[in-house]
Amino acid sequence: MRRSIPWIYMALAYGFIFLPVITLVLFSFQDGRLPVPPFNGPTLEWYADVLGDERLMSALLNSLLVGAGSAAVSCALGFLAAYGLARHILPGSALLRGLLIAPMTVSYLIIGLGLLIVFNNYGPGPSLYAAAVGHVVINLPLAFAIIYASMGAQQENAERAARDLGASEWRVLALVTIPMLAPSILAAFFLCLTLSWDEFIIAFLMTRFDVTLPVEIWSLLRSGLSPRTNAIGSLVFLVSVALVIGLELFIFGRKRR
Amino acid sequence: MAGPDTIRGWGFVAPALLWTLAFFVVPFGVMAAMSLATLEGRELVWGFSFDNYARLFGQSYLLRAIMVSLEITLTVTVVSILLAYPLAWIIAYRVPERWQRLALLLAILPFWTSYVVRSYAWLLVLSREGVINQTLLAIGVISEPLTLASTRFATVTGFVHFFVMLLTLTIYANLVQLPPNYRRAAVDLGASSWQAFRHVILPLTLPGIMTGAFLTFVLCIGDYITPQILGGNNELTGPQIIMVQLGRGANFPLAAAMSIVLMGLVTLAYLGASRWLRIDRL
Repeated sequence: MRRSIPWIYMALAYGFIFLPVITLVLFSFQDGRLPVPPFNGPTLEWYADVLGDERLMSALLNSLLVGAGSAAVSCALGFLAAYGLARHILPGSALLRGLLIAPMTVSYLIIGLGLLIVFNNYGPGPSLYAAAVGHVVINLPLAFAIIYASMGAQQENAERAARDLGASEWRVLALVTIPMLAPSILAAFFLCLTLSWDEFIIAFLMTRFDVTLPVEIWSLLRSGLSPRTNAIGSLVFLVSVALVIGLELFIFGRKRR
Repeated sequence: MAGPDTIRGWGFVAPALLWTLAFFVVPFGVMAAMSLATLEGRELVWGFSFDNYARLFGQSYLLRAIMVSLEITLTVTVVSILLAYPLAWIIAYRVPERWQRLALLLAILPFWTSYVVRSYAWLLVLSREGVINQTLLAIGVISEPLTLASTRFATVTGFVHFFVMLLTLTIYANLVQLPPNYRRAAVDLGASSWQAFRHVILPLTLPGIMTGAFLTFVLCIGDYITPQILGGNNELTGPQIIMVQLGRGANFPLAAAMSIVLMGLVTLAYLGASRWLRIDRL
């Protein structure tokens, strides 16, 4: 009896963790207007409805663009900063690292509010670009930390060898450092993409007419419970899980083999 | 003093540094300055006044929002640790090694449901016609549906769901780093398994717990979505007040002041936990 307590606890914990997700996905197939029990049998009606909805699909595209763009900028800036700090002696480098990491400890709402005030008063106002700028602010610390942590001695030796053989600094970067760090740069890219894809509050504050998917879903919620929201929510979940599994298989999985 | 190497180093760091200064430090400074400005009618007057802060702590509904945020955040942090620790423990010590990665991956899979969608999914579970009420009605435990949504209970449930996953991850990472010999040595020296846990394992996993707890605190106290969707408008949290001031209230200085107060609370939490934190090792 005592031996089974851990397994019972584990089953209950997994039940709690999966309850909302299973409910969400199950009732996205609901044949009826309300996504609550009883379940009336499966239909793909709501998925067809969602995939045919122009606003939702353009929001989805916006989300992908903002996510990919901000992830790419975060990784580029993060990589350069990591290289500069790991390979060059800079005065106050601990302070610099702290400053680059600092946005991680501030709520997204507060980062968004600061940007909103500045963009409204002194900048071009809200847009998808403004949302992407905000997403770089929150993702840059992550990209920097991940890439900086993976800069080790073996790359440094290979870089030195290339330099001794006459390669310029840019050639060293492009032909030695970046290929050797490719797994962690890719990991950082996908992590940034996932976080941006999911981010609501900054996107909500910084966009106006063209919005990202979480913001569009938010406006759907005003009309209450609907299997449509379940369907788009399930699709978003599917995309995120695919990203995570891809990350696991192609990047973290490869390292161990 | 600045050799060519140092100058080139600055060149590499400059883009990220300028970005952080322009879009994080400067906006934050402007926001801090705005928290000291006042509104005259609809006109913003820059200045050096503590009126907004006086209002925050003087007007009961604003002070109440700060307290509600703090109460919810502390409840969520404590409950999440108490639920996540046993789960991380079971995965680290009871699940066979080859299944651990899968068990962990499953335990955090719903983490990747979109943030807005996750709260909505809890609404499906907790609403009057939702899964829990329908199930309890069907088996005859209750005769009237319970009010579960639009309560603090719903907000806390939604938060705890998210942070149990996060904390399971950080505590598990900490547990598997411990050499098994420590525990064996304690037991060999006559400690009961509870004593071994209390005096050996728990102190060694404190950094993992505190890192997770601090992350929970930061993310929870600044969150708008979960209380807005699940808690409804019965009691407002700090972030909900901020959003009201940005929208209908149109009082940016008050919103800025509320943000600074929330950041102050995060800083206090950081100072309280800093002894155990390994932020740089995340």
